[in-house]
Amino acid sequence: MASASGHLAAQIRWRWIESAFWLATLLPFVVTPAYLSLASQIAITALFALSLDLILGYAGIVSLGHAAYFGFGAYTAGLLAKHYWGEPLSGLLLAGALTGLVGYATSHIVVRFRHLALIMLTLGLGLLLHEAANSASWLTGGADGLQGVKVAPLLGFRFDLYGRTAYAYSLAVLFLCFLISRRIIHSPFGLALRGIRENLVRMPAIGAPSRAHLRKVYTIAAVMAGMAGALLTHTTSTVSLDTLSFGRSADVLVILILGGAGRLYGGIVGALIYMVARDQFSGINPQYWYFWIGLLLIAVVMFLPNGILGGLGALHKKSR
Amino acid sequence: MLSTRNLDKSFGSLVVAQGISISMPRGERYALIGPNGAGKTTLINLVTGMLRPDAGSILLGGEDITALPPDARVKRGLARTFQINTLFPRLTALESVALAILERRDQSRVWWQSLPRYGEAIDEAFSILESLRLGAHCHRLTRELAYGQQRLVEIALALATRPRVLLLDEPAAGVPKDESGELFAAISNLSAELTVLFIEHDMDVVFRFASRILVMVGGRILVEGTPRDIARDERVREVYLGRRRHAFA
Amino acid sequence: MQSFIGVLFDGFAYGMLLFLLSVGLSVTLGMMNFVNLAHCSFAMIGGYVAVVLTNSLGWPFLASLPMAFVAAAAVSVVLERTLYRRLYRSSDLDQCLFTIGVVFVSVAVAAYYFGTVQQPIDTPPYLRGSVELMGVSFAVYRLFLVVTALLITAILIVALEYTRFGAQVRAAVDNQRMARGLGIDVDRAFAITFALGGGLAGLGGALAIEIIGLDHAFAFTYLVYVLIVVAVGGLGSIGGSFLAAAVIGISDMAGKYYFPWLGAFLIYLVMVGLLMWRPAGLFGKR
Repeated sequence: MASASGHLAAQIRWRWIESAFWLATLLPFVVTPAYLSLASQIAITALFALSLDLILGYAGIVSLGHAAYFGFGAYTAGLLAKHYWGEPLSGLLLAGALTGLVGYATSHIVVRFRHLALIMLTLGLGLLLHEAANSASWLTGGADGLQGVKVAPLLGFRFDLYGRTAYAYSLAVLFLCFLISRRIIHSPFGLALRGIRENLVRMPAIGAPSRAHLRKVYTIAAVMAGMAGALLTHTTSTVSLDTLSFGRSADVLVILILGGAGRLYGGIVGALIYMVARDQFSGINPQYWYFWIGLLLIAVVMFLPNGILGGLGALHKKSR
Repeated sequence: MLSTRNLDKSFGSLVVAQGISISMPRGERYALIGPNGAGKTTLINLVTGMLRPDAGSILLGGEDITALPPDARVKRGLARTFQINTLFPRLTALESVALAILERRDQSRVWWQSLPRYGEAIDEAFSILESLRLGAHCHRLTRELAYGQQRLVEIALALATRPRVLLLDEPAAGVPKDESGELFAAISNLSAELTVLFIEHDMDVVFRFASRILVMVGGRILVEGTPRDIARDERVREVYLGRRRHAFA
Repeated sequence: MQSFIGVLFDGFAYGMLLFLLSVGLSVTLGMMNFVNLAHCSFAMIGGYVAVVLTNSLGWPFLASLPMAFVAAAAVSVVLERTLYRRLYRSSDLDQCLFTIGVVFVSVAVAAYYFGTVQQPIDTPPYLRGSVELMGVSFAVYRLFLVVTALLITAILIVALEYTRFGAQVRAAVDNQRMARGLGIDVDRAFAITFALGGGLAGLGGALAIEIIGLDHAFAFTYLVYVLIVVAVGGLGSIGGSFLAAAVIGISDMAGKYYFPWLGAFLIYLVMVGLLMWRPAGLFGKR
């Protein structure tokens, strides 16, 4: 019956508001050229949050250690650039691929756990990698970060202080990964992931190889997180140890929840709000920043469990 | 079609299954009855692979499936429903059934093509729901459906896997009388090729649908027979009604 | 130059501290499956109470310990009754996020009132120094810590095994639904257990100052270790927590002493390895 598929097709059609949004992302070039560096950072964080959304919002894997892949990608790109392979695009792809391999390897362990054990495991793996990087200072520079990262021009465009190249680069990669994510969400595989999230027990009873599905999405998410990390390296020409830190994992979690998990745009919205707010309040003592973040988390869980996008969606339904 | 040989399962000192050997030929309608705690759901869990037996084997269509994981057994044609609705709350009825169909057709791996492209699977999902009189509600979220309707989605999910053997765990449990009509119509309409085992407490339902009855008590199969034989069996009467003199067998 | 026995003992003492900090979380997690990542905030409260009482108000150290327990227990009760109980049915993620929020807030508040420096504490002279036993010198404070912890462990085990309340707790940990069905007031049992657990954490926090120090970030820094002990020992198991804490304490101390270049790597590796082998912990159910 045409109408059943038609109904589904109508739900996933590209909406005008989405086109408007993506066009708006070009505005910083013209309207706020002084803030292009910030814009790049927002795009990078958005990509990182999007990768977390795939595993958390759509597949239900609660990870407190996702920064492990972000940092791994960052360090890979940095080490490549440091050792004379400064070309960004190939560095990006290579960093993504290698991070994907690490993601694939760890996925075999991760997908066997749920609940507290899963939270602990992801936390543990993240901390492990962070410690390893800290100790292996001969390779990573340890707590001082990686020095001597030299990034070559991107297709002839230098990464200058104005940040135009950086933003164009980050935005393009974000958009591409977004399109891929969108495809995945609306595919049969995406439906399977949602099934896993909704009721893991039911999945084997309908013949679904849940673990295989989870390994796949975990790997894809690792690739994207790795690419986000590589972008950070390329746009800032540094790699610091905190790209692997628990703080980074916690931040991206806050960002995704703030925007709304499982809504595709949640990570982007969250990143936008969080990074702009942090920029505005950058003078503030970091202690107090985390005070407000803490309150925000409490408030979001109690009053806005589906994040900002969820809240907007509910308002939209009510107004009908 | 489906048979088990000497299935045993214990949790520490609690024996939940002992020497279970059953044999269900194709097309038969078996009812599995017995007091609460007899181990009926446990048996289904053992057969479907959610629990691993301590001893014994399970054969489906002659093939030994004892070592297979649950999803592999489903792929070979063994489906079940759950006593308490185990559905996907935020997926629509259509999406849920379509998912089961896509898994069956091994198309759930595909991440580069959008869902609406799979018209065949979606149409099949729709027709299954339609046959259960849920067509009009197919785009509603599962958690918004009435309990009886959700129970039907349970069955729809199992049917979507095109099973050879269907295990229904108390299909009418919790369904109010006025909603159970659809349910029983659905059960009557099940294909004659399908081998069905259902757990049920309502004796009217049992006698209406079953061609054979298995009585399970304390982890063991007490007796098997036609509805008439079982109705007259002394041991069954004893289990359900108790003897006049309270001697423990 | 510390002998091997010395390192072992120090590690064990550290483990006892971890045990006091973790046991409450293990039992409450086992009972209600509520992921309370803010558990170490209670420890912090106990620590700061002890500091204020001893340093500013001149209380004797030993007297401030019970107060640390009481203060932390009181805060636990308030928090549980007002906020936490709404989240018992929430998802792991929501509980996780909420309690992380509480940690952030508590860390910031601590920084606001006490600054970010390490808090000194005036331990009484009879708890300082060391004692020589069989050719090995043992720090008096650590001995005190070990004795206190063992005493508390004994009390806990006796309470759990031989009192009616203990039986209720064990039933609730084993099978909550069943326990409710038997008429046990699980909510009340949980509230009391939660308070006790929080109080013990507070006591641990107060005792910890002399050994591992107290600063505003304590709630975070030691959260990881506490989680490791709980995950490794198994939810709901006092014995498991004890063993896990001892193992973690000794491994960490030995690691830092013999393999300083590894840093905390060893501990994390031990945790990941143990979790993979036994996802429910060494003594966890299922």
